[in-house]
Amino acid sequence: MRIELRVNGSMRAAEARDGESLLSFLREELALPGSKNACEQGECGSCSVMLDGALVCSCLVLAGACAGKSVETVEALSTTETLHPIQQAFLDAGAVQCGFCTPGFIVATNALLATNPEPRDAEIREALSGNICRCTGYGKILEAVHAAARGVR
Amino acid sequence: MDVARDLDGALASLAAVPGADVLNGGTDLMVEINFGRKRPTAVIAIDRVAELRELSKNGTVRVGAGVTFTMLLERDHGSSALREAARTVGSPQIRNAATIGGNVATSSPAGDALPVLAALDAMVHLRSSRGGRVVPFRAFMTGPKKNVRAADELVTAIEWNDAGPAQVFMKVGTRNAMVIAVAGLALVADRVRGRIGVGLGSCGPTILRAPLAEAFAAGLFDEAGWRPFAPSTGACAEFGALIATAARPIDDVRGTAAYRRHVLAVMGARALARVAPIERTA
Ligand SMILES: Cc1cc2nc3c(=O)[nH]c(=O)nc-3n(C[C@H](O)[C@H](O)[C@H](O)COP(=O)(O)OP(=O)(O)OC[C@H]3O[C@@H](n4cnc5c(N)ncnc54)[C@H](O)[C@@H]3O)c2cc1C
Ligand code: FES
Ligand code: FES
Repeated sequence: MRIELRVNGSMRAAEARDGESLLSFLREELALPGSKNACEQGECGSCSVMLDGALVCSCLVLAGACAGKSVETVEALSTTETLHPIQQAFLDAGAVQCGFCTPGFIVATNALLATNPEPRDAEIREALSGNICRCTGYGKILEAVHAAARGVR
Repeated sequence: MDVARDLDGALASLAAVPGADVLNGGTDLMVEINFGRKRPTAVIAIDRVAELRELSKNGTVRVGAGVTFTMLLERDHGSSALREAARTVGSPQIRNAATIGGNVATSSPAGDALPVLAALDAMVHLRSSRGGRVVPFRAFMTGPKKNVRAADELVTAIEWNDAGPAQVFMKVGTRNAMVIAVAGLALVADRVRGRIGVGLGSCGPTILRAPLAEAFAAGLFDEAGWRPFAPSTGACAEFGALIATAARPIDDVRGTAAYRRHVLAVMGARALARVAPIERTA
């Protein structure tokens, strides 16, 4: 079925297959590959997006149910050659190794800082508990979020 | 694909296609679809139905089926145990989407809201275009992922008598976040009604009550005139032991039956020690 929804500020329309997830719809139909697909079961957070202002796993959202909704993906954070301060902080802290988890962490960090501009370690761990990274061991990610918080503030 | 705008619309769609899959937060249903375990022929999305998102508290508490776990953390429904259960569900991403109605409709023995609803003696409100009915939660769930909901019915709300602040939820899992319970326990002491409720999760085919443990604790609360008190270590241990005997656990990948009995005894003892001294008003 054809659905129309707002993606990163503009109205987009495309055909959604039966049972297709929002993640697949974004990547395959709208050519927005920033949101990553690793588990398709809500465990890894690499597909995190904002849906009507709430952080969700786009792999667990049915595209066909999204008509008229508003989605923000990691692509919304920087549209030019300059990185978003959160992206820059992750780079600077060495919080990016293979980078596969990074878009999900960036989107989740952005959601955290929007409501809690000065998070403590425990709050960061809680806010990012739905995002898995198999490379960094999380220490650098924690540093990056603190640095981003100072930068965004 | 049908996106319902209101409850009547959702019920009409469900009546027209009784085999349709209801989609709320999608955190259970989409996993089934993504892994090819389910190929839905018709889906009715109910996440925009405002009536299902309502929450009211006025002696009785009524929580709409579309209330998410994030909303259960943020809004006042008077159940600290339900709030504790909500906090342990999945991750922020999951809690933002997953609903209490989905938890109830899925009826997994590991559903974290369910031991609390059992302990609260909650009622499940069901509606179809034929009419409505109210089923006590203990009669609603009949087995693992089995319940009495008819194909054309929606779970519309969960309701219970506000039981006051003396209540707790505990869960043992293999790590802190994103974990399916190895065992879960809810204890509610309603001092006004003189009622003790215990609900056990992941310890049997359905959510279990622990009648012997409930009667034992009611005796202790009676002796204390239902006022706050500090139970003896022996009484807590006895309560825990009675809870463990109520369980019908199995060995599975998350833990052995013997380990589940052990953690239930430990959690039971701690739960009583924590709940008995809680003051009458929060
Ligand atoms: C990564 C991950 C972690 C999780 N962690 C936990 C956890 O810690 N604890 C826990 O308890 N659960 C957990 N879950 C399971 C799931 O999130 C919960 O069961 C949740 O409450 C389901 O709600 P939903 O709105 O997403 O349901 P949906 O997926 O939308 O629906 C679930 C089922 O119920 C039916 N349904 C939904 N709403 C209604 C209604 N109102 N009337 C009739 N039928 C309805 C649907 O047709 C479907 O069969 C987790 C899931 C994932 C993916
Ligand atoms: S791909 Fe969605 S959570 Fe892993
Ligand atoms: S950097 Fe490789 S998974 Fe996180």
